[in-house]
Amino acid sequence: MTAATIVALVLLLGVAAYSCGGGTDYGAGMWDLAAGGVERGDRPRRLIDYAMAPVWEVNNVWLVFVLVITWTGFPQVFAAVFSAAWIPLTLAILGLILRGVGFAFRKPTRHPRSRLRFTALFGVSSILTPFFFAAALGAIASGRVPLGSRDATIVSSWLNPTSVAFGLVSLAATAFIAAVFLTGDAGRFGAPDLVTYFRRRSVVAAGAFMVVGAAALAVVRFDTPRLFAGLWSGGALLFTLGIPVLTVLTAVLVGRGIPRIPRVTAVGAVGATVFAWGVAQHPYILPTSLTIEQGAAPSSSLNWLVLVVVVAAILVIPPLVLLYRLDAMGALEADHDEDLKPRGST
Amino acid sequence: MIDIAPQAMTVAADLLLAQPPPQTLPARLQMAFTLMTHIILVPLGVALPFITLVMNWRGLRKKDEVALKLARRWSVVMAIQFAVGVVSGTILSFEFGLLWPGLMGRWGGVFGSGFGIEAWAFFLEAILISIYLYGWRRLKPWTHFLVGLPLPAVALLGAFGILAANAWMNSPRGFTLDASGNPSAIDIRRVLFTPLLGPQYWHFILAAYMAAGFGVASIYAVGWLRGRRDRYHKLGITVPFTVAAIATPIQLIVGDIIARAVFREQPVKFAAMELVWRTDTRVPEYIFGRLNADGTVSGGIPIPWLDSMLAGFSPDTRVQGLASVPVNNRPSPELATLVHTSFDLMVILGTLLFGLSAWYALAWWRHRDLPRSRWFFRCTALSGLAAILAIEFGWITTEVGRQPWIVYGFMRVSEAVTRSVGPATIWTTFAVIVVLYVLIATAFIRLLLRLRLRWQLADAEAAVREAPEAEKRPPSEAGTTTGNTPPPDSAEGPPQRDDEDRDGTP
Ligand code: HDD
Ligand code: HEM
Ligand code: HEM
Repeated sequence: MTAATIVALVLLLGVAAYSCGGGTDYGAGMWDLAAGGVERGDRPRRLIDYAMAPVWEVNNVWLVFVLVITWTGFPQVFAAVFSAAWIPLTLAILGLILRGVGFAFRKPTRHPRSRLRFTALFGVSSILTPFFFAAALGAIASGRVPLGSRDATIVSSWLNPTSVAFGLVSLAATAFIAAVFLTGDAGRFGAPDLVTYFRRRSVVAAGAFMVVGAAALAVVRFDTPRLFAGLWSGGALLFTLGIPVLTVLTAVLVGRGIPRIPRVTAVGAVGATVFAWGVAQHPYILPTSLTIEQGAAPSSSLNWLVLVVVVAAILVIPPLVLLYRLDAMGALEADHDEDLKPRGST
Repeated sequence: MIDIAPQAMTVAADLLLAQPPPQTLPARLQMAFTLMTHIILVPLGVALPFITLVMNWRGLRKKDEVALKLARRWSVVMAIQFAVGVVSGTILSFEFGLLWPGLMGRWGGVFGSGFGIEAWAFFLEAILISIYLYGWRRLKPWTHFLVGLPLPAVALLGAFGILAANAWMNSPRGFTLDASGNPSAIDIRRVLFTPLLGPQYWHFILAAYMAAGFGVASIYAVGWLRGRRDRYHKLGITVPFTVAAIATPIQLIVGDIIARAVFREQPVKFAAMELVWRTDTRVPEYIFGRLNADGTVSGGIPIPWLDSMLAGFSPDTRVQGLASVPVNNRPSPELATLVHTSFDLMVILGTLLFGLSAWYALAWWRHRDLPRSRWFFRCTALSGLAAILAIEFGWITTEVGRQPWIVYGFMRVSEAVTRSVGPATIWTTFAVIVVLYVLIATAFIRLLLRLRLRWQLADAEAAVREAPEAEKRPPSEAGTTTGNTPPPDSAEGPPQRDDEDRDGTP
């Protein structure tokens, strides 16, 4: 395997990790939005606040990691994607800030009406952000990112059937993975009513994910036949078939109240979705104008990147595992939470 | 002198329109705005972990509840600040693509190497901060301390990555250009360790320690001025202030070194910093002043020969002037004035902070205590702001001084800017970002104020509980008896000494 392929794989892994980690956050935002009025939605929202707090920064770093690897390893690709998909990426980053604003403002706000307003802000931006990120990926997948930035068609590059299909799949996937994780969190915090609440939603979201996924395949088939063919051949086939298998398995396991394992299978299902796309468009990084080898930076930069990734893996993975484990064990508890909550609403 | 000038005069650069594309102005302003906001948070991210750990260690070693309480509270501030830093930093990374695709497409493979380090350093930092912050309750005290222990080193690494990238933009090297003008044969070691890196890096790290140290101390100095003169506030001032006071004199020396490094590597920037128009020896040093289009300087105080002396320790040192390079290779007179003014303000603020540190050192040396004068605490209350301002002025010097280059001598800002959308669109996103940042800043400050109020109330309640015989007093006064019995050295003098402003010892 060449250095360029290794770096491309790492990149794909980063996208998959962000889709799972960041996706859980976005999905939680959607469930937060769907939780209903102030009274009815209070308990699920409280759980979401609690569950998100210790890990969201770490999840966000995956995104930064993907950007850094792209501009160092595939500089032309970075420039081309940000030129062609300027609009969705701008909207995604604005959504990301808005989300932070909504989340940060809601915590210390007491007045029910303004709380609801920030809840809406948080929820809506949780939908827009993953949609636009995925639409930008759809622009790449459907070959609408030209190399020369001047040739880009700034709107149709991302407002097209494939991009919209990608966007909708991302929404279904994030809602699904978030519901599964929140079921586990509810169990951890000892809230059986919320376990039931999110268990039901996990199963529904798994179904939605399957339906939207099938519809997206149909769209891709006529809009981007090359990608469709790729999904059904070679290594990609394994991932393509893995998606429904793992999703259904997750739904069954969650439905039966089996702890922990559904998280793994849900991560597998979302990860398989990303990998199916990535492997299907191999050897292109920008179909069909640039292959991975053509788009790669000079070899010394790539070797350096590989080294960086290895060092990162050695140094980062143990504490990362520790964090997720401590989090799962409930050893991480917000020390300052009472400080941030409105007084009187314990 | 550097050997890059001839290569830089590529035909493309010369043929470049005299007028940069209209997207340039809003893009630069947006970049500058977001960077200057991010950089307010960064010093806390770099230096607050260290200061917090010192306090945590003190608390564990001496079983000092007050110190532990401070450490715990600072770690909450650290976490909130980190969260805002993550958002603003993510935006910066996007802006590289959204605003400067030309820069990244051509040079990303070269100077991205620095960011490679930054990415995983922040990763580690984010993980450790999460565990440290959320682990106060459930982890064993020393285990918890050990989890935090790598944080200062990790923060140093992250800053290294970013500054390596910035230093490379200022003194690019470590590559050769192939026939089509693209970089090839990259030598990572030379890319990372450019001549400006050493001075820039240490200058920035010291600046971060100064800003965080003075910044934290200034909060408790305000409390002190309001009469809360307990051990809690005293510790809250002395530990961070000592860190900052040690960094300050070193900072002035490093500042002198970096100025001479700029003189060697970026003579045109140096000329802008010092308003030198014509290459000459025995160049005067201007304090403030404005550069006119014809090369004269209005206003300002000239000090004969000093500039040459500073640059090369001798009045015979030749200093290159702005007029020595073509007009499209140097900052305009207005920008040069901005660079010069920022530079002067940074130096002045640094000198004032040095004076404050000396006052503190003297008082400590004379009677092992904080200075008594209220003026000391008034100045300390402002010192955090001063250090942050010095950082902002320093960056304006660095970034505006390298205009019109984005990669010094190799690529102009106008070649790097995006053409995907028109200037109106960028103005719009810029406006939206400003509004959102104002909202975030409001949330951030509201949160900090709320925390402060909570903590004051908690302390007041604890004080009342611990001293049931004491009459109930309003929280602001009750604070004076918080926690353990105050040690003898903090009990000097009555709490209110409003009339003793002239007490300043030195
Ligand atoms: C607390 C902050 C602080 C203080 C007191 C000073 N500086 Fe500074 N300075 C910075 C914070 C800073 C900075 C924000 O950290 C910069 C911006 C870029 C950099 O690397 O450091 C900087 C840049 C900077 C530059 C430009 C470097 C470049 O263009 O690459 C010079 C020449 C100096 N400084 C010189 C000085 C001198 C002579 C000082 C005092 C006598 C001084 N600084 C005090
Ligand atoms: C590694 C660190 C940094 C990088 C890579 C970087 C990069 C850039 C880029 C790409 C631009 C736009 C092009 C230009 O106008 O020259 C810019 C401009 C600017 N940056 Fe930096 N920057 C860095 C650090 C900072 C910091 C920390 C600050 C200050 C807070 C800062 C302040 C500015 C300002 C004020 C401008 C606008 C200059 C102008 O008037 O054009 N930069 N920087
Ligand atoms: C000299 C200038 C800079 C320094 C020293 C610096 C340092 C830091 C630090 C210490 C953090 C950690 C968060 C915190 O503690 O607040 C941070 C966050 C971040 N910075 Fe900056 N920064 C600088 C400029 C930039 C620039 C120019 C970029 C753009 C690429 C950038 C990108 C980021 C990103 C992406 C994060 C978030 C990292 C995460 O997700 O954990 N920074 N920065």
